[in-house]
Amino acid sequence: MSEGLNVIVCIKQVPETTEVEFDEETGRLKREGVDAVINPFDEYAVEEGLQIKEKYGGTVKVLSMGPSQAESALRETIALGCDEAYLATDRAFAGADTWATSYTLGLCVEKLAPYDIVICGLKTTDGDTGQVGPEMAQHLDVPHVCYVNKILDIADGKITLTRLLDDGVETLEAPLPIVISVSKDINQPRLATLRGRMGARKAEIKQITSKDVDADPARLGLDGSPTRVVKIFTPTPPEGGDVVEGTPEELAESIFKKLQECKVI
Amino acid sequence: MSELPISIDMDLCTGCGICIEACPFSSIEMAGDYPEIKDDCRLCGACVDACPEGAITIKEADGEADLSDYKGVMVYAEQRKGAVHPVAYELLGKGRELADQLGEPLYAVLIGSDVKAGAEELAVRSADKVYTYEDPALEDFRDDPYSALMAELVREVKPSLFLIGATSIGRSLGPKLAAVLETGLTADCTGLEIDPETRLLLQTRPAYGGNIMATIICPNSRPQMATVRYKMMKEAEVDPDRKGEIVAKPVDMEAIPDRVKIIGYQPSPEQVNIVDAEIVVSGGKGLGEPSGFSVIEELAQALGGAVGASRPTVDEGWKEYRHQVGLSGRTVRPKLYMACGISGAVQHLAGMKTSDVIIAINKDREAPIFSVSTLGAVGDLYEVIPILAEKIRKHKGDA
Repeated sequence: MSEGLNVIVCIKQVPETTEVEFDEETGRLKREGVDAVINPFDEYAVEEGLQIKEKYGGTVKVLSMGPSQAESALRETIALGCDEAYLATDRAFAGADTWATSYTLGLCVEKLAPYDIVICGLKTTDGDTGQVGPEMAQHLDVPHVCYVNKILDIADGKITLTRLLDDGVETLEAPLPIVISVSKDINQPRLATLRGRMGARKAEIKQITSKDVDADPARLGLDGSPTRVVKIFTPTPPEGGDVVEGTPEELAESIFKKLQECKVI
Repeated sequence: MSELPISIDMDLCTGCGICIEACPFSSIEMAGDYPEIKDDCRLCGACVDACPEGAITIKEADGEADLSDYKGVMVYAEQRKGAVHPVAYELLGKGRELADQLGEPLYAVLIGSDVKAGAEELAVRSADKVYTYEDPALEDFRDDPYSALMAELVREVKPSLFLIGATSIGRSLGPKLAAVLETGLTADCTGLEIDPETRLLLQTRPAYGGNIMATIICPNSRPQMATVRYKMMKEAEVDPDRKGEIVAKPVDMEAIPDRVKIIGYQPSPEQVNIVDAEIVVSGGKGLGEPSGFSVIEELAQALGGAVGASRPTVDEGWKEYRHQVGLSGRTVRPKLYMACGISGAVQHLAGMKTSDVIIAINKDREAPIFSVSTLGAVGDLYEVIPILAEKIRKHKGDA
């Protein structure tokens, strides 16, 4: 592989979730002062793309879908060292669920072909589904591996990697091209250098619209989405019991008695 | 650029601004006298319901497909090394309820290399029909062959609902299958019910790290698919009188794709898995520093339980993700859950509130964790836990 690997990293811009609060009275997300950031899970995907490039050579393209504001997230990945950035943006893409999103991203990936590896974060912190990666792989008709926690080797058109399952770690071998979703323990994402940031300011973020990818309009955006959100609400906190105060000895005794009472010990 | 599929009829709009208040995502703004919907609209429809004039409409997709052929609830019974994963029994428990409400059958599908005992178990746990695919080459889960067989079965049986456990395997398999079948999939559901009017599946799930809950439907394609969070539903009981039929389906490994090879497997060295543990002792930011988890470990060891962690401690890197309890981590339902130095954000509560007994230790009398605790102790965990652990050890030594 003298010419290196073509890597495409998919990212999403999300509100900084740990700060998002729900206003009980108005039923709205409090967005004031909440920054839009790269989905934290995607930072690991970007880092892995950069590490592959450093080890095997090649290019890292970054792809996102969203409104024009998402350009700033893409610009950040250029600052980190990615080569090119593309934003799929079109009102026809709006309201897409994971099915329509993965269809659209799949078309964009094909437009950016040739590609060897498409890397996604495990999930996003807003939608929280983890479905777009595997669904996109199916639209592209290439294999997909979730929960990747280490890439062992890439050679001879094959990738060997490990993935984290509920009960252990599996080592897998798969042909390229492939889509992988990486878990948080795969690497430690780097920070952008000042020089990287300066360079990223002028970088061109190329736009992709529905016309560019020859999309079936019936499969885009809301029309192409099999699912609909019918209600959004705040989770209700449950009811509680006794609360005791006292010295540490008294508290330990109360807890100990409770444990015996409930036959836990 | 084409238009957003949502629009405001300016002849009806009075400019009252109620839609702006109703939008959970702040995607509507006043532009002069009238509201304007911004490009980051998620088309959730909150404004459509809120508008007193009925001025806002979302263009619906045409539902042409004939959906009346689709009947019944199908459940994917995940197995590992021949043993059916307990989430399958939970899916059967919920699936039975939904199937009865619809007056339709409940199916299970089991794929593996030795499925007979598993199929028997599913058949007495309320499945009307258990489809099995058995072949030595199917011993371990791989996305390609498993999803190909399931897609084939769905096309033949045409279930209206399809439920998959939201385990690491289910979260990989579900999306692939939904993409193949060109249907919707709702991730990680914590609530499922049938809308009595439309007979659609109402799928409720957390989003935004558990800050909000969303109810989702899949109106125009079938099956309506959901991955369902483990430990949220009640397991189907064994009922020997209700033995379902077992249907063995043929397998032709040559005819189905199988691109990814498993070349190694290392079971986790994990002491205790928090999801399966009967006792979980969790620590939160109240520990003050990463080394504080040694106190939590001491108590967990005394009780013979597993160690859990709140999201902030995992985000800070004090504890690995596999210990995380809460909506964005694991849901646990142990006999005893001890929350130490955890204030009890709604997202955390949602991941442990169904535990049989909850005991909380926290310095702050106002901590929300006390509102769900069977017993709450207001105090310093560093002072209380060593005394408590010693008492437990002594008690166990005596016993």
